[in-house]
Amino acid sequence: MATTEKILDFNSVWEYSPAPESTDHIKLDDKYDLFINGEFVAPKNGKYFRTENPATGKKIAKVAEASKADVDNAVRAARTAYNKYWSKMPAKERSKYIFRIARIMQERSRELSVIESLDGGKPIRESRDIDIPLSAAHFFYYAGWADKLEYAFPGRKTKPLGVAGQIIPWNFPLLMAAWKIAPALATGNTVVLKPAETTPLTAMKLAEIIQEADLPPGVVNIITGAGETGRAIVNHPGLDKIAFTGSTVVGKYIQKTLAGTGKKYSLELGGKAANIIFEEADIDQAVEGIINAIFFNQGHVCCAGSRLLIQEGIADEVVHKLKNRMETLIIGDPLDKKHGYRSYQFESPIKKNKRTCLSRY
Amino acid sequence: MSNNGRMVLSDFINPPPVDQIGIEERVARLNKRSIKKKSKISALKLALSMIDLTTLEGKDSKGKVRQLCNKALHLHDSFPDLPHVAAICVYPPMVPTAVECLSGSNVKVASVATAFPSGMTSLQTKLSEVRRVVRMGADEVDMVISRGAFLRGKYKFVFDEIASVKEACGEAHLKVILETGELNTLDNVRLASDIAIGAGADFIKTSTGKIQPASTQPVALVMMQAIRDHYFKTGKKVGLKAAGGISNAKTAIQYLVLVKETLGVDWLTPDLFRFGASSLANDLLMQILKQTEGVYQSANYFSKD
Repeated sequence: MATTEKILDFNSVWEYSPAPESTDHIKLDDKYDLFINGEFVAPKNGKYFRTENPATGKKIAKVAEASKADVDNAVRAARTAYNKYWSKMPAKERSKYIFRIARIMQERSRELSVIESLDGGKPIRESRDIDIPLSAAHFFYYAGWADKLEYAFPGRKTKPLGVAGQIIPWNFPLLMAAWKIAPALATGNTVVLKPAETTPLTAMKLAEIIQEADLPPGVVNIITGAGETGRAIVNHPGLDKIAFTGSTVVGKYIQKTLAGTGKKYSLELGGKAANIIFEEADIDQAVEGIINAIFFNQGHVCCAGSRLLIQEGIADEVVHKLKNRMETLIIGDPLDKKHGYRSYQFESPIKKNKRTCLSRY
Repeated sequence: MSNNGRMVLSDFINPPPVDQIGIEERVARLNKRSIKKKSKISALKLALSMIDLTTLEGKDSKGKVRQLCNKALHLHDSFPDLPHVAAICVYPPMVPTAVECLSGSNVKVASVATAFPSGMTSLQTKLSEVRRVVRMGADEVDMVISRGAFLRGKYKFVFDEIASVKEACGEAHLKVILETGELNTLDNVRLASDIAIGAGADFIKTSTGKIQPASTQPVALVMMQAIRDHYFKTGKKVGLKAAGGISNAKTAIQYLVLVKETLGVDWLTPDLFRFGASSLANDLLMQILKQTEGVYQSANYFSKD
């Protein structure tokens, strides 16, 4: 029995109504400065850049562009905080601060979700159900670890490393910040974090939360900017470690730059993964797996399943069912709660090409 | 496939495996679709038009069947532009009454048959019951499969029985009740669906309503996948009837979402999707009135049966 090429009609009748998430409750400033030493300070060179809503192309706010001098200040503040407070503080005291950050994030989760979707174009369903709750969960998790590190590494004495420079991408803006900041703080380090220039707003909201949580000044510094700012962080002699998530090209640059300096680094780079499907699989479930793997977060995931390896006997059937399933993807305004996928024009500063992007389910 | 184009049992003795967790996740995901305002009203009316208004009780009387037929034709006359339900579903002795009350209307008469709900009788008795209800004017026959035989692995017996009933139906439409509450696993649901479809079912139906659990969304989704796969293979559209346990509008709409996103909008018609229910109609009516008038009416304003 040959598989047909039939594509079902999923859309011509009974359209779902729009279900827009309200944006009334969020408060955004016109301009965001750099968060250095516990305070918001203007950039030394006075330069700002726009951050836009990628769904509409409209400006949301101006964000400071940190220059080398600002990076210097941030690193100095982090070093002082490390020497003066954070490395000396008993672990269980550190964990109280981290718990506090987690709790405030939870309290402000609705606001953070909407801002994440506004600034990054991520469907509200994903930012609301995944990014923001997971971000808070990471702070909770690492808060719990802070005073138990000896159990994590039995027989070894753990000690903090120093000041970490952290550079994160735009695919999971707040979640990436949580992944980078929470473990660094739990293990007694201080940080200078640079969010992606296209998605800086939730990081700046996190700076507000850190201020509200009353962390000692300089323990977390968040500075915004593009490639030049990142370069200044990577090349800064005052840092003990660089943590980077992003493109392979930049990762290689970091490796070359840091070679021989004795600085530590961790790199989480792009890797595209294969879906492997054998013929005894539940094909409908495999198709769901493919959809999740490649369309989750518009496919902007370091391990997005961008290749299909299918046992020959079922190849046509899988492709046919996948085509049908893709017809049911709902594409549109990221702030519409029913949308699994957004369509938006994204001017990537790295690739410099306009492309239409999708997301999940 | 046999020479005359009809399927034989060996065509589906090896159905695809069903991943239960995956099915449940997909259902949970689809339940989050936001149906409001205009799309809600059209869904409510659509669901109303898909109901097999059912009374299947030992105490059923001609009077109750007449009342039910009257309701089928006049759901809520004070509210304009409401559809009528798809069919009335009754026990065999009530078929003549229903046929008489509904003559001249588009509401179909469905009768359960084959020793509903257990199916515990001989094939001969089942076939004569089917012939009798068809002769009395039933447009649709709701049969039950022999679950005991199915669970013992006697798939050929089940297949042949359905095929014989289909033949006895003649022009009448055959709905095959799998009684999924007794089949234990989703893999069994899929296999039973494939067997019923292959043996000639016009509709496959989840449950009798006499066994718990009755219709559930994961079960319905698996049956939809069987229907869709059959359509892909043969181009023939088989219908689905979800029966039992669907008593409110919200659940009904969730089923419609499953249909829309699994089988597509071609199945969003009473010809290919039905709800077997008794109290669902009133809840749909209450919701429709609420959508237009802004407030809920008292249940006292709607007929009980």
